[in-house]
Amino acid sequence: MTDAAVARTKVSDLANPTRFLALAGAVLPWLTATALIVIAIGLWMGFAAPEDYQQGSTVRIMYLHVPFAWLSMMIYSIMAIAALGTLVWRHPLADVALKAAAPIGATFTALALATGSIWGRPMWGTWWVWDGRLTSVFVLFLMYLGIIALTRALDDPGRSARMAAIVTLVGVVNIPIIKFSVEWWNTLHQPASVLRLDGPTIHPSLLWPLLVSALGFTLLFFAFHLMAMRAEIWRRRVQAMRRMAARGAGTGAGA
Amino acid sequence: MNHTLFVTAAYAVSALGLGGLAIWILLDQRARRREIADLEAAGITRRSARSKS
Repeated sequence: MTDAAVARTKVSDLANPTRFLALAGAVLPWLTATALIVIAIGLWMGFAAPEDYQQGSTVRIMYLHVPFAWLSMMIYSIMAIAALGTLVWRHPLADVALKAAAPIGATFTALALATGSIWGRPMWGTWWVWDGRLTSVFVLFLMYLGIIALTRALDDPGRSARMAAIVTLVGVVNIPIIKFSVEWWNTLHQPASVLRLDGPTIHPSLLWPLLVSALGFTLLFFAFHLMAMRAEIWRRRVQAMRRMAARGAGTGAGA
Repeated sequence: MNHTLFVTAAYAVSALGLGGLAIWILLDQRARRREIADLEAAGITRRSARSKS
């Protein structure tokens, strides 16, 4: 077998839920520990860094708010790829990945909104304003809630999966709206200061803690996602076993 | 400028949110694992599990 064929076989092996469970079990302790250590280092660097000359100590909210906001969009993008996996390739784990990611994405989005609001009160003088960025992220939060409801709406996971995948793909249009809202409209929210074509405008002493925190929270998301996918695979196994038991009882062959 | 209360509130809300999410996922995992163990104890096994044994 060629190297490419071996690599393809290894990737397709992951489509087998049993192999996925074994891999998740081996990876999870290390991933979780690494995530917690990197988050601790990032936040420690943030508190050791100087305060911002204008924002004072509230700049430390940035080490939470910005990673949460990035993750809210990244998780939705991962769900959109999973939706393609469900609709185009019918990958057995794609639907599991989408369903498991939705509550995690909703939590990170809610925390991005909450921490942004707490930062906005002392800096902007208001908890909330219906500007382009805040409103589009709020819409993202509502979409997460809708997808969570949809993935749990029907007893048959296959039918729920197709509906949730279609809605997820339609909702992708909101991601560029969130990203460019601060450029398209006159918003109270500041424009991008890290992911810019001409480079970050944040001083390195504040940028490095932010990047380390973002890496830590991203690893934490992947740990949560693997755990939630594992629980979802087990949930489906329980359903399959109960169906088998009911069938066995119906034909008199069970128990 | 002293905005310690706002910084503390942001960190507390985040810890509560992420801690709550972690507990919810762990409890979900534990409940599903227990259900599988109960079903297996009752003699119900999946087809794929049967073919391996």
